[in-house]
Amino acid sequence: MSKVVEGLRYSEDHEWVKVEGGTAVIGISDFAQKELGDITYADLPEVDDEFAAGEEFGALESVKASSELLTPVSGKVVEVNPDLEDAPEKINEDAYEAWIIKIEMTDPSEVEALMDAAAYQAFSEK
Amino acid sequence: MPLSHWLRRPRNMKYYDKLIFELSKEGRSGYSLGFSSFQEASFTDIPADLLRKEAPALPQVSEIDVVRHYTNLSQMNFGVDTGFYPLGSCTMKYNPKINEEIANMKGFQGLHPLQPSCSVQGALEVYYNMEKALSSITGMAGFTFNPCAGAHGELTGLMIMRQYHLLRGDLKRTKVIVPDSAHGTNPASAAVCGLEVVVVKSNADGLVDVADLKPLLGDDIAGIMMTNPNTLGLFEKEIGEIAKLVHECGGLLYYDGANMNPLIGMVRPGDMGFDIMHLNLHKSFSTPHGGGGPGSGPVGVCEKLVPYLPVPKVVKTSEGKFDVVCDDEKSAGQVSGFLGNFGVILRAYAYILMLGRQNVKLVGKFATLGANYIKESLKDCYKLPIPTVCKHEFVFDGLVNDGSRKASDSETEREGATTLDVAKRLLDFGFHAPTIYFPLLFHQAIMIEPTETESLETLDSFIEVMRKIAAEAAEDPAILKAAPHNAPITRPDETTAARQPVLKFQDEA
Amino acid sequence: MATFQYFPHTEEDIRTMLDRIGVKSMDDLYSDVPDGFIFKGEYDLPDAMSEQEVRDFFENLEAKDVKLKVFAGQGAYDHYTPSVVPYIISRSEFLTAYTPYQAEISQGTLRYIFEYQSMICALTGLDVSNASMYDGPTAAAEAVKMAPSCTKKKTRVLVSKTLLPNVVRTIETYAKYHGIPLGYLPVMDGHTCPHHMKAELSKGDVAGVIVPSVNRFGIIEDLTGFADAIHEEGGIFIEYCDPSALGVLKTPAEWGADIAVGDGQSLGIPMCFGGPYVGFMACKKEYLRKLPGRIVGETRDTEGRRCFCLTLQAREQHIRREKATSNICSNESLMALFVTVYMSLMGPEGLKEVNSRSYAAAHYLHDELIKTGKFEEAFNQPFLKEFALKPLVPVDKLQSKLLEGGFFAALPTEEGLVTFCTTERRTKAEIDALVALVKEA
Repeated sequence: MSKVVEGLRYSEDHEWVKVEGGTAVIGISDFAQKELGDITYADLPEVDDEFAAGEEFGALESVKASSELLTPVSGKVVEVNPDLEDAPEKINEDAYEAWIIKIEMTDPSEVEALMDAAAYQAFSEK
Repeated sequence: MPLSHWLRRPRNMKYYDKLIFELSKEGRSGYSLGFSSFQEASFTDIPADLLRKEAPALPQVSEIDVVRHYTNLSQMNFGVDTGFYPLGSCTMKYNPKINEEIANMKGFQGLHPLQPSCSVQGALEVYYNMEKALSSITGMAGFTFNPCAGAHGELTGLMIMRQYHLLRGDLKRTKVIVPDSAHGTNPASAAVCGLEVVVVKSNADGLVDVADLKPLLGDDIAGIMMTNPNTLGLFEKEIGEIAKLVHECGGLLYYDGANMNPLIGMVRPGDMGFDIMHLNLHKSFSTPHGGGGPGSGPVGVCEKLVPYLPVPKVVKTSEGKFDVVCDDEKSAGQVSGFLGNFGVILRAYAYILMLGRQNVKLVGKFATLGANYIKESLKDCYKLPIPTVCKHEFVFDGLVNDGSRKASDSETEREGATTLDVAKRLLDFGFHAPTIYFPLLFHQAIMIEPTETESLETLDSFIEVMRKIAAEAAEDPAILKAAPHNAPITRPDETTAARQPVLKFQDEA
Repeated sequence: MATFQYFPHTEEDIRTMLDRIGVKSMDDLYSDVPDGFIFKGEYDLPDAMSEQEVRDFFENLEAKDVKLKVFAGQGAYDHYTPSVVPYIISRSEFLTAYTPYQAEISQGTLRYIFEYQSMICALTGLDVSNASMYDGPTAAAEAVKMAPSCTKKKTRVLVSKTLLPNVVRTIETYAKYHGIPLGYLPVMDGHTCPHHMKAELSKGDVAGVIVPSVNRFGIIEDLTGFADAIHEEGGIFIEYCDPSALGVLKTPAEWGADIAVGDGQSLGIPMCFGGPYVGFMACKKEYLRKLPGRIVGETRDTEGRRCFCLTLQAREQHIRREKATSNICSNESLMALFVTVYMSLMGPEGLKEVNSRSYAAAHYLHDELIKTGKFEEAFNQPFLKEFALKPLVPVDKLQSKLLEGGFFAALPTEEGLVTFCTTERRTKAEIDALVALVKEA
């Protein structure tokens, strides 16, 4: 069974969000990581790129699939995980350790609309 | 017969591990240009800074090295001439040898593409006659041969579609409808052509859902791209209604000819209401696929779209001579260097002449007969999601019994055999695998297309092996999971290949 | 029913199959097709021919073409094809295979593509090559399409007017429908004008610039300063090259280009009235993910043996669909094998010799033509095997005179110049015969 971490918020597209002040740390869930299989490449945005909630900010590739990354919150990218360029497999190793981007939120209330751990657990088991 | 007999069959292809670069030795060569009739001038008029600093690192090998190396490489390859190739949507029919002879005729090979028309009347006549022949077979009014492959044809066809709307001043039509079962090239070609893709869903019978289509139609629709029979091998019965609806909203119908084979001699896209279509000469018209090209993707159009065909075009003049037109106001433009892959067109023309008007009527029927025969013979061991009559191909959704089991007191948990495992196991028995994991509508899709050139005995031996594999899976999926056992190599590590790309000899660590 | 050699079905076979399916006739297999769509007419095709008749038919067509000594280039070159090449590429294991989806039984195809990629990188000096494109002009169009995706916010691509006309036209077609605005760089003394380029670059919207290394006048362009100027403005530098000429000319990497494209036809592929040829495309590794088409990579099998497979497929149409880098799938694989075998035979020395002989023949022809007094020098620029002259006699008359004598030469350019081209196949005797005819014109 896939791991779900308490205290994070989750989107229906299987991204997780950790709120640190005005910043949202974003990654993908363990469930999503398993579905995608061995990740071979992470196509990531650049710092200062701006996205609205629901917009595609990058993609993860496995050998025979490609999965778009959709940001659950709006804002400006302030940091991109530098480890993922050379070692995208870190997401397979621990999806909650290997965050993908950090976004400075323009509307922190967007987080409220996301699922909590229990709700996501139920959602991903459907 | 025990399964072990099937597991341990002698390898008919052998592993060979050289790259041509590894045979290189300074000072060897494999060419001869003879004595020069000129005084050797060594680029004296070219400034040194326009020349490369070092010679390119190409191999230095003698002629016999080259011949043996590539012969050895060829022996790790499987082609239609090696054995049965039931690759769905690819129509791997027999490639007649007379085609090769015709394409290799010196008189055709030595023609420069810009030679004046008066010196290439024979070559131009090939184009003209082929246009007539394909128009007759498909019910279209005209063809261009300039696209070099199927996807290139799709793109060209969509350019014609856009040009038609643009020249009418109908600028809003920027969307194209593509069914969810479509070949991946359809949405990709649409995107390259600057069109936005709108997906129409399939219904439970695997056909375009007309109810889902209706609300999508409007004055922003450039057209619809359809494959008929679709990628499940099913005939889109509602095509008459769909054509009417799309035409009523001002859109055009594009026919993806990848699945034309079962319709040859039976049904013409033009009669179904399609306005634009492409053919894959390397599928339906027997030209060899060459390990991934050269192909040829001629595009046919209905009468009103003939002026929009790309340039250059071959025309017949009033004096009965053939000529090439390079400028045409309405034309969608130039899509390739010259007049397309002439060598491939020659092969297809030879095939059509061999078929003639008599045998052309049997191509589709025999292709359809073979596919239905395999389907009916295997549907008890492989899941058949849509059990109706198919055309040239059909899709199974994995094994009925994949051998998986949950842990119990007496047994440990066991993972079942997947479609990939079935495909790999087929290689052990001297068959190419079917197309797998496509269409995307089913998770374990196995798409089988036998073509009309295969005998009952070949189909029977394929059926027998597919049944053996199903039996193996039920008994011990591990046999399949480790397959192939008899190929030159076992499964490659594709993950490492993608994570740390080694894309040229010079990259080797 | 008469038998036909490509259909192995006997009456009994058909019966057996119909019985298994549970239908009475093959027509019943089309019961799902509305009756109105079943074609009931006659096909407008000739009666089926025997092999003998097909052979006679094509010999008759072939005889309607005129065999000419080719002194023309403009994107198709009459280089010599060593006999080994057609021999190898007609091996059915290569010829009748599909795209190498099943790596375990396609190592032959995968290995030669890997070798091909390595050789294209050796010629261009760039980091990565794809498995091939349709032809040079479409490769150029794909490179132009790639530029904005490599540079993000920039959109416009500058196209040199010294590129071959069919290359420019193909770029224009792709750009028009894909929605890429183009700008043009005019000809200055037979060259791409660098001043105009700098002015255009300074507008800040240029995603890329495409320039030939050897242009449509046969002139070897001096691209000093191009890469710096383009990169300074954040653009991509695309070079259109003749790969045969890259055996001796400064490489795209040495010029600082980001992408190199061109037509592999000059590597011994017969002119064959325009195809099949093979487009090539190579780039710097930072643009690998934007590269269209198939790519082969090296890896190991489960037993640790070196092997090859299609890789980085997540860029491609069958996975990415409308978000793919391109719609290309079938490319020109067998023609990639063609040029790989050709380059193996020739090696660095052979390729150099092809160029030095073409050069010697072209310069001899050039000087002899000037001596006839029927032409003037058009440019005073370095050239390799193709060159342009200003004719002092009517071009139509000149061309028809040469045609009557069995020569295809003196192709007109839009400026009213004529071009000539020689390869290593052209002898001094042939050139002398051509010059003698010119004197009469």
